[in-house]
Amino acid sequence: MPLYLTDDQAMLRDTARELMAEEGAISKQLRKYRDMNCKDGFGHALWRQFGELGFTGVLIDEADGGLGLGHVEAGIVLEEIGRNLTPSPFLVTAVAVVEALRGAAQRERWLPGILAGETVAALAVDEGRKHRPESIAMKAERSGNGFKLSGQKRFVVQGASADVFVVAARAEEGLTLFTVEKEAAGLDVEGVRLADSSIGARMDFRGVEVDADAVLGEVGGGEAVLGRVLNAARAGAASEMVGVGSGAMAMTVDYLKQRKQFGKLIGEFQVLQHRSAHLYSELEIARASALKAQQLLDEGSPDAEAMVSVAKAKAGRVSTLAVQEGVQMHGGIGMTDEYDIGLYMKRDRVLNELFGDSNYHADKLARLKGY
Amino acid sequence: MSDLETFRAETRAWLEANCPAEMREPVRDEGDACWGGRNFQFKNEAQKLWLERMAARGWTVPDWPVEYGGGGLSPAETKVLRQELARSGARNPLYSFGISMLGPALLKYGTEEQKKRFLPEIARGEIRWCQGYSEPNAGSDLASLQTKCEDKGDHWLVNGQKVWTSYADQADWIFCLVRTDFRAPKHKGISFLLFDMASEGVSTKPILLISGYSPFCETFFDDVKVPKDQIVGELNKGWDVAKYLLGHEREMISGMGLGGGSAVSLGEALGDVLAEDALLRAEVAQFDVDAVAFKAMSERFIDELKAGQAHPAQPSMMKYAGTELNKRRHELVMAAGGSSALEWESERSRGGKTAKEWLRTKANSIEGGTSEVQLGIIAKRILELPGA
Repeated sequence: MPLYLTDDQAMLRDTARELMAEEGAISKQLRKYRDMNCKDGFGHALWRQFGELGFTGVLIDEADGGLGLGHVEAGIVLEEIGRNLTPSPFLVTAVAVVEALRGAAQRERWLPGILAGETVAALAVDEGRKHRPESIAMKAERSGNGFKLSGQKRFVVQGASADVFVVAARAEEGLTLFTVEKEAAGLDVEGVRLADSSIGARMDFRGVEVDADAVLGEVGGGEAVLGRVLNAARAGAASEMVGVGSGAMAMTVDYLKQRKQFGKLIGEFQVLQHRSAHLYSELEIARASALKAQQLLDEGSPDAEAMVSVAKAKAGRVSTLAVQEGVQMHGGIGMTDEYDIGLYMKRDRVLNELFGDSNYHADKLARLKGY
Repeated sequence: MSDLETFRAETRAWLEANCPAEMREPVRDEGDACWGGRNFQFKNEAQKLWLERMAARGWTVPDWPVEYGGGGLSPAETKVLRQELARSGARNPLYSFGISMLGPALLKYGTEEQKKRFLPEIARGEIRWCQGYSEPNAGSDLASLQTKCEDKGDHWLVNGQKVWTSYADQADWIFCLVRTDFRAPKHKGISFLLFDMASEGVSTKPILLISGYSPFCETFFDDVKVPKDQIVGELNKGWDVAKYLLGHEREMISGMGLGGGSAVSLGEALGDVLAEDALLRAEVAQFDVDAVAFKAMSERFIDELKAGQAHPAQPSMMKYAGTELNKRRHELVMAAGGSSALEWESERSRGGKTAKEWLRTKANSIEGGTSEVQLGIIAKRILELPGA
């Protein structure tokens, strides 16, 4: 399979690009919901529109009413979300949670709402300040016909508006994933506004009772499911960061062609040309690595996991380079809230932390390669 | 089974049956590779056999047309062949500037006669080519070259000097940029000329480099007579051919970023030393992220190129990224090797191979257009920045 988009995928990209540039624009989404201090931090109307267009079902099997497409297609949508900094549950709901529900009995309960763009679903994995899924401590103790969950979760993106959570906890048999509804007794969800004005959540589970049928997959079999979910989510986050970096670069290169100092367009200065060209080169490489990771995921290749870590690490570094160069090359105006380039910097920071930062994934690659 | 899968199965079986065992060992260095040419001494029978067998199928140039010695394969089949060659560990049967640089330029700009005359012997490895581009006063500013080519009625007369001519002392023929109009603006008085290095008046002198190797020569032309039909493209329009060929050269050099076919994971190759050095391990891990990502980029670039989707200036980006990566790789190899990597002559060090290769890589970001030249091209042609 060639490492570029097929004709169908290119068509989807064009559709997504047009839609997001129009409906997902910073003024219509990010700034609007930020400035109205929206407790959800995103627009439900656009989420429903995603449902009408089928985007929410990109990764849902056709038998379940979805489009039955793959991670490449999810990445296409996410790159456009990133380019416009569009706040959306797409990554956590339509990618991460949908992957968790794949083949699970609970999909009949949750997929219709997700497909319609009505339901928001979130992934609760992190517990400390960094992403460390290897050391999840939340307890799942046998209780009656089900389990009792105790512990804390943090950095649950879209957690404040989620109807349902996929929660990773440790049972006696090993790591296990559960679906937990927002109304569950003993569950506290504190919405937390983050630097990019998205809303994450801190969650407190005080002996939350769930039935046995809340278990996703096998009891003790959470490691494999979570691995699959995180691969999907990380590859998606890599694409979103490629979008963030590309959006920041486009704004910056545009600015270099307009701003005059010393009687010249600043884009004529070789020092800025070379830095921009280096950034372009890095972004192209990051985009290729994300696409490769998604193709391998779609093929079910055993090499996918390493490539996903490469993509998340690479896209993270490159997106950070793009937003830093962006603010610096804009000069003073880049520091103002009125100008959008600073918003890219904030979004990049959040996406870098999400699902493991570049150091985490470089280390993971090294371990997978045996050093 | 799809046609492509059938092709894959047949190719795999053919390689299994026809690639000699010795030719499945990695190439150790440039001297161990097969370069072909009139005076080439095959290292062993297997090397000769492997070249002949691949050339007979047109697989030294799988995507060239059959009538010019190629395999006539589609881009998809070429990719499958490349994957199967890599899978079987088979060596490249022929390293050749004729294949990687001149061939594509002849296919695009050559006359039918020139294609029929030169391409099949390139495909079979019978003629070894070198490239006469740089001059003492025309480096990054290549178009200011001064080698003079005069029309003497029934022949061209060439006088001047080239420098950094790779393997000129071992080459049979040269593709050379010469000035045919001294009054025109510098890009518009250049022609692209082919001639035999055995012609009277051609001499070469190897240049000793910091690595201790002499892969480059100074090349002198003193009243060299060249037949009139050996200009490629139109008179005074050689710069177009030159730029097109440079794209292919950059593509080839960018492949160095892949570590010359060795294990893509540097950390895996370095092994134990990293366990005792946390900072080096971290640096190597970051390098491996970049290296694997670049490998994906190379795959994407080649696929897009074959599909006609690549930006024409994209080879500059590949050359820049690939060579900078290769330099980083060798810095890390030296750091991991410590004082062992410093030995310059000992048998233990195979004659200072690690150190010499490290120094060799420093030319990567200079030859074929410096990194700074590539960044300038990206800024101008891709980002369309002003005044670049």
